[in-house]
Amino acid sequence: MRNRFVAQRVGFALLTLAALVVVIPILTIVATIFIRGAAAINWEFLTAMPRDGMRAGGIFPAIVGTIVLTLGTAIVAIPLGVGGAIYLSEYARDTWLTRSIRLAIINLAGIPSVVYGLFGLGLFVLLMGFGTSIVAGSLTLAIMTLPVIISTAEEALRAVPTEFRTVSASLGGTRWQGIRYIVLPQALPGIITGVILGLLRAAGETAPILFTVAAFYLPRLPRSPLDQTMALPYHLYVVSTQVPGMPAKIQFGTALVLLALVLSLNIGATMIRSYFRRRRQW
Amino acid sequence: MRQTPRVRWGEFAIESLIRVIGFSTVGFVIIIFLFLLREGLPAFAQINLDNLFGTRWYPTFGLFGTLPLVLGSALITITAIVIALPLGVATAVFVREVAPNWAREILKPMIEVLAGIPSVVLGFFGMTLVAPIVRETFGAPTGLVAFTGALILAYMSLPTIISVAEDALDAVPKLYRDAGLAMGATQWQTIWRVVVPAARSGILTAVMLGMGRAIGETMAVMMVTGNAARMPLGLDALFRPVRTMTATIAAEMGEVAHGSVHYHALFAIGIILFVITFLINLAAASTMFRKRRRGGLR
Amino acid sequence: MSEPKIQIQNVSYAYGDQQVLRNITLDIPARAITVLFGPAGGGKTTLLRLLNRLNDLVEDGRMTGRILLDGADIYAPGFDVPGLRRRVGMVFALPLPLPGTIRENVTYGPKLAGLRDHARLDEIVERSLRQAALWDEVKDRLDSPANALSGGQQQRLCIARSLALEPEVLLLDEPTSGLDPISTAKVEGSLLILREQYTVVIVPHSVQQASRIADYAAFFLMGELVEHQPGKRIFTTPVDKRTEDYVTGRFG
Repeated sequence: MRNRFVAQRVGFALLTLAALVVVIPILTIVATIFIRGAAAINWEFLTAMPRDGMRAGGIFPAIVGTIVLTLGTAIVAIPLGVGGAIYLSEYARDTWLTRSIRLAIINLAGIPSVVYGLFGLGLFVLLMGFGTSIVAGSLTLAIMTLPVIISTAEEALRAVPTEFRTVSASLGGTRWQGIRYIVLPQALPGIITGVILGLLRAAGETAPILFTVAAFYLPRLPRSPLDQTMALPYHLYVVSTQVPGMPAKIQFGTALVLLALVLSLNIGATMIRSYFRRRRQW
Repeated sequence: MRQTPRVRWGEFAIESLIRVIGFSTVGFVIIIFLFLLREGLPAFAQINLDNLFGTRWYPTFGLFGTLPLVLGSALITITAIVIALPLGVATAVFVREVAPNWAREILKPMIEVLAGIPSVVLGFFGMTLVAPIVRETFGAPTGLVAFTGALILAYMSLPTIISVAEDALDAVPKLYRDAGLAMGATQWQTIWRVVVPAARSGILTAVMLGMGRAIGETMAVMMVTGNAARMPLGLDALFRPVRTMTATIAAEMGEVAHGSVHYHALFAIGIILFVITFLINLAAASTMFRKRRRGGLR
Repeated sequence: MSEPKIQIQNVSYAYGDQQVLRNITLDIPARAITVLFGPAGGGKTTLLRLLNRLNDLVEDGRMTGRILLDGADIYAPGFDVPGLRRRVGMVFALPLPLPGTIRENVTYGPKLAGLRDHARLDEIVERSLRQAALWDEVKDRLDSPANALSGGQQQRLCIARSLALEPEVLLLDEPTSGLDPISTAKVEGSLLILREQYTVVIVPHSVQQASRIADYAAFFLMGELVEHQPGKRIFTTPVDKRTEDYVTGRFG
């Protein structure tokens, strides 16, 4: 009898240990980057062009580039992703076609990001002739983001009770009217959460932009959608591996800006979700 | 109010658009694969197969042996899963079955934070802080070795493994737990002998998805594994530099001439990666679909 | 008797391989309350939902036979289904207010039909809420959330929401099943007034309710129409043994 409870105590201790082994490195990563990166952050770092082969000055064009790329991704991915989610949740019946769409989404989610880079290079940069450009990079990132947006948005749409759709139909609403006036407004917080989660993934990715848009060193802002641009993730890669004699301050500063951007989007998404979940009426 | 106003052209247009968008996701997968084939297949014609599946990757000398890259990817992926699986499943069990509420409230967002950290940031952290520790602990000449990569990859696949394993534990009927406890088993025995075994197909899915995630990871791996394209054989392979398929594409694609043999060879690696991840995801998806069918509802 | 408002001719219906209605033939007279009653699982709700084609939303349901509204086959190809549902309104067993305010609930249907004129919409809100005997209770808070109302008020709001479209037929599926006796009496009271103008088809909540409000009653058992009679005769002198057993409380 005693032994069993000793075993239980040991077992629970091991589980707790595992959880600590998972959590402590996460805390360490975030804390280290925040503490060591904070030393680099000042007005110049955030708003100036890089100088001296990036060893001095700021990272302004990389910040702008990441924002521009994320917006470009949003323009393409939001309509496609939300449209796809509406199709799957509201229109698709259980046919082989629907099943192959679901399978396609699962596989899109699993394709390695560098393969998206190859695809973007082959299709958008070379075949369609966009060159290494914001357009090519945004399109590549958008397709990569699609499965995240589709699956979270579909989940949000499915969470809206079927009865609302029935009631809307019984009042002479067409299927689309029910979606437009009842289902979409109710699912909106969940959809927004999914969109943010997808976009923050796009904002932090490096491999898909390597050959489609990213400029190694371009100390000016992009002038058109067909221009190259610097971007934060690629810039972090460059300053930490490609340039000898780079001050650690700049590396950690860049890492901090990127991490802060992504985490604030992440926290924002979580807050939207929990706020609306509490307020929901059904 | 007696009639439906006009023929709803706008509505017809938007519904058709939604359908087209729905179908287009399948189109994307096909287009991606066709593109890889288009750019990658010439490699199989231009490079003889002995060379292509050989053990030496020295593109400047016309040697395109992909074997060290495939094995390099396999080595760190498998090592990563060996590390991440027990950690992830134990954490999932902790979160679902044991943890007090306050601990759960801290753990869940922490794991979400981990999922959100860009891979290049993890790679940066790995090369500046983890690699020196690995070097000193194991007395290796450099810390940029396969093991460091596997360690970083393990943490990158943890969020996936934890969340899928949690769902699997969640799906175990409460009845099982009650039955275990009613027979006089302790909570630990019930978890260990009843709940975890009942969730094993879901845990298998978690492993597969985690592997899919790990094998396709690029930036972090490229930054911490040292990138030496050598055969990772021998007992010390884990503590030597290694190079993966993903890192090879990322590192070399920027410098090759479009249309060259080297360019096509990199796409050929892309095909191999695509096929591997496709199969892994197919397998994971089929276990999920099977579960859903058994579960009934929707 | 004049031409029936709805003619149900030889209707059978199955979900997958489960037969829920068998060869139903029934005329529903205009401006009267027709009661469809019987034990649960008899197919009453399904029949109700066939009358405004709400079952179109159900996958793998199959119907044979014809349903005529004013002599026109509502399942004919190209039939205007949203238009049909505006002519044939529906109230569900549970009160299901849409998200939003009381006013938004009532004006939802008319707005979808393309009505934008605020004065007209206000008129409709007042008229329908009065018809549903709810106006006096909510006239001061039309813009507060509909789900803050009590269950009985919500159900009357749902009736008002259907009436806002000025339907010709009103279908009610156990509209009082979740309500207390006082709210039930209010709803029944408004139904008795509504039958002056509307054709009402109701699946009642109990035999007692059926006998209180029926102008015409039909008894359903396991997908079959056992018998139907005008007036309340079915409750006092049923023809079929099975009906008698049910109304006298021997089963069900």
